[in-house]
Amino acid sequence: MSVQPLLTARGLVKRYGRVIALNNADFDLYPGEILAVIGDNGAGKSSLIKAISGAVNPDEGEIQLEGKTVQFRSPMEARDAGIETVYQNLALSPALSIADNMFLGREIRKPGIAGSLFRMLDRSTMEKRARDKLTELGLMTIQNISQSVETLSGGQRQGVAVARAAAFGSKVVIMDEPTAALGVKESRRVLELILDVKKRGMPIVLISHNMPHVFEVADRIHIHRLGRRLTVIDPKQYTMSDAVAFMTGAKKPPEEALAA
Amino acid sequence: MAQAQEFEKVLSDSDKSVASFDEHGVSLLRRVQHFLHGNPAAVPLIVLVLSIIIFGVAIGGRFFSSYTLTLILQQIAVVGILGAAQTLVILTAGIDLSIGVVMVISAVVMGNFAVGYGWPAIIAVPVGLLVGALCGLLNGALVAYVKLPPFIVTLGTWNVIMATNFIYSANETIREADVSAQAPLLHLFGTSFKVGNAVLTLGVIAMVILVLVLWYVLNHTAWGRHVYAVGDDPEAAKLSGIQTKKVLMAVYSLAGLIAAFAAWVAIGRNGSISPSWAVTDYNLQAITATVIGGISLFGGRGSILGTLFGAMIVGVVSMGLNMLGADPQWKVFLTGVLIIGAVAIDQWIRKVSA
Repeated sequence: MSVQPLLTARGLVKRYGRVIALNNADFDLYPGEILAVIGDNGAGKSSLIKAISGAVNPDEGEIQLEGKTVQFRSPMEARDAGIETVYQNLALSPALSIADNMFLGREIRKPGIAGSLFRMLDRSTMEKRARDKLTELGLMTIQNISQSVETLSGGQRQGVAVARAAAFGSKVVIMDEPTAALGVKESRRVLELILDVKKRGMPIVLISHNMPHVFEVADRIHIHRLGRRLTVIDPKQYTMSDAVAFMTGAKKPPEEALAA
Repeated sequence: MAQAQEFEKVLSDSDKSVASFDEHGVSLLRRVQHFLHGNPAAVPLIVLVLSIIIFGVAIGGRFFSSYTLTLILQQIAVVGILGAAQTLVILTAGIDLSIGVVMVISAVVMGNFAVGYGWPAIIAVPVGLLVGALCGLLNGALVAYVKLPPFIVTLGTWNVIMATNFIYSANETIREADVSAQAPLLHLFGTSFKVGNAVLTLGVIAMVILVLVLWYVLNHTAWGRHVYAVGDDPEAAKLSGIQTKKVLMAVYSLAGLIAAFAAWVAIGRNGSISPSWAVTDYNLQAITATVIGGISLFGGRGSILGTLFGAMIVGVVSMGLNMLGADPQWKVFLTGVLIIGAVAIDQWIRKVSA
């Protein structure tokens, strides 16, 4: 293939005691595409994503970003490299405000001496940017940007986490079940946002159980089974029931797709 | 734009304005709950004002004199500073049982270096501060890297440091006269001055300034937000890219340093330096002030201003009961009631989203 993958993983292994979460897993993400990752519960999707986003250190295997081998020891390092993740548990701090959460770990300081010497946070800028991002996402039902996250509904919390990733990702955005807790309107917004991000040329990894959503937005579908990549299929050539059959082992994957 | 599914097509007409609701339906109690959720220091402040009014009415004008009120401040300066240190630790969902003895050993080190070994006080004080910070660093390392529960870690270091304190000092008190003669700098925070009838000490001023500085740091710097985030949900904090271990190390070390600073203030207040201060329940008093001040023992919630109010409440209650000539046990009794009440209110406020 002429296009080089942006992010690749080869032979990832992760064991938790005697449980093998990743068994020689491979992964390829090409520039500008939406890659959906599907698989049964316990297939190792989350472990794969955590290995790529730095939350888990794989025991074996190699990850390459833009052709360079990388080793993320923490989510911070992956973020610095431009990989932004929306975790399933959202990784939000309930008692902090929406703005504080969106900028957690990369706060903006006031210009001048207030920021450099007294390390003062620039609350108004952070709140304004947070508000802009949420408006972009259509999360209008959030009234007060300085209210704490624990006062939000599940869907609103998800929106905040997605907005955070979309706002800061520079090379790759990974979304673990971004629409799982959302209502119809919010789900649609998130899907639109995913396509929006793609239009800006940034590739997205989408982990989802929602087959209609996956088949709607994905360019390729990575099917994960028993800790490894089973196959990658083109959603235009296969149906949802084919995909489900592959991922549950009801049907053998096609030979030619294995090469992709 | 994504290919909308049939049922989603109506979304283009959906309401785009920021939501707002009629507030009339909300009960007063519910609004109070929301207010307290947003202003965690309000409860102790209200209790403080109420207790001042109650004792003022019961005792009369004598209690309202600026002399009495400032005397209370002098009495709580040390506990208030220790409470500030404790607040940092409790905000990370930890607890520091060793904070009282860290203060004592720091005081003993300052005294021994300045009076016993004859070092200049200007060096003895930093040595004492360093000892406090190192004790805190040990706690922090055990909590963050060995991953032991803070309660166990500090229960252990409490005993270790207390024993070290008695062995090192041979339980010898350094007399006030010796401190005054050889190291007057150690008495710095005992310096008092009058504003009208009010008598303030530098220790009181130091406590207030310290709390205000910590309030600023906790609320207006990134590090302060990280302290809250670590106490709130450590896993989320870690995934958000916060280096939780470094935050914990810094918090425990800073708590140790502040405890050593409290030692300096305590020397000023007491005059002499005695290793047997270690048997006073300073750490429990600090925890009491923190809890009454509305800092949640489960971490991530509360305002350090509350700790200051909490310390003042204890001071006001004990002074008020003293002046009424009540049995001192009533002070202990009331303190217990306040602690349980404070935690009950904390639990209620937490249910705000439910």
